[in-house]
Amino acid sequence: MNLKISTRQVDGVNIVDCSGRITLGEGSVVLRDQVKDLLGKGQKKILLNLGDVNYIDSSGIGELVSAYTTVRNQGGELKLLNLTKKVHDLLQITKLYTVFDVKDDETAAVKAFR
Amino acid sequence: MSGDRLSYKLDSTLETVDNAEQTATRIASESGFGEDEVMQIAMAVREAAVNAVLHGNAYDPEKKVELEFVRTKDDLVIFVRDQGKGLDLAKVPDPLAPENLLKTSGRGIFLIRSFMDDVQITPSQAGTEFKLTKHVHGATAGGKEASQ
Repeated sequence: MNLKISTRQVDGVNIVDCSGRITLGEGSVVLRDQVKDLLGKGQKKILLNLGDVNYIDSSGIGELVSAYTTVRNQGGELKLLNLTKKVHDLLQITKLYTVFDVKDDETAAVKAFR
Repeated sequence: MSGDRLSYKLDSTLETVDNAEQTATRIASESGFGEDEVMQIAMAVREAAVNAVLHGNAYDPEKKVELEFVRTKDDLVIFVRDQGKGLDLAKVPDPLAPENLLKTSGRGIFLIRSFMDDVQITPSQAGTEFKLTKHVHGATAGGKEASQ
């Protein structure tokens, strides 16, 4: 299943609900375009909800890193929410788990934005 | 998979990457691997196919990707071959090095090595061959780093 994305706003934080696969090709492009779109609108507090992302490959990991650095370089914040075990394990073995700010509770995650 | 060996050639496209992953999933399942191992094998094959299509053949329509699955009593062995210039292993960065952590690429081969029990990469002027082995049984089955 390709990546499907919807966005909503809670207390000034843009929550991007992701569902499906973040892989080389369409999945990565969809995520990239969404982050770019938010930044273009001046929305710099982004919470990626990956609770329904059941698969991610090295390109998808690269896309998460790219989103993180792009948002940060523009003075914003990007956090990850609700990692599935597969995505959690991938971020662990690639040593990215401690790079990202990972949350497992939406309310707490929203409050954690400055 | 007919018998213990399946081999075929595919175009250098993204569809090939998905095809390789799906075939690996099916064959690994049929070989009796558990769900986590099937996912690891399929992802390793996907990453090798990505490497073949993007970096090996560079989407060249004249060049093919060859996939070969060999099932033995003890192992599932998968070959992924491209027709590119040959991967320069010395130029493959360590994605775990602090200076590389925030790079957006360069994790594919690392993931392959993490998920398979043995990985041999053989570059030549005729292309690069990935030989990926997963033991059907044994203490190392289940992936090395992923199980730590």
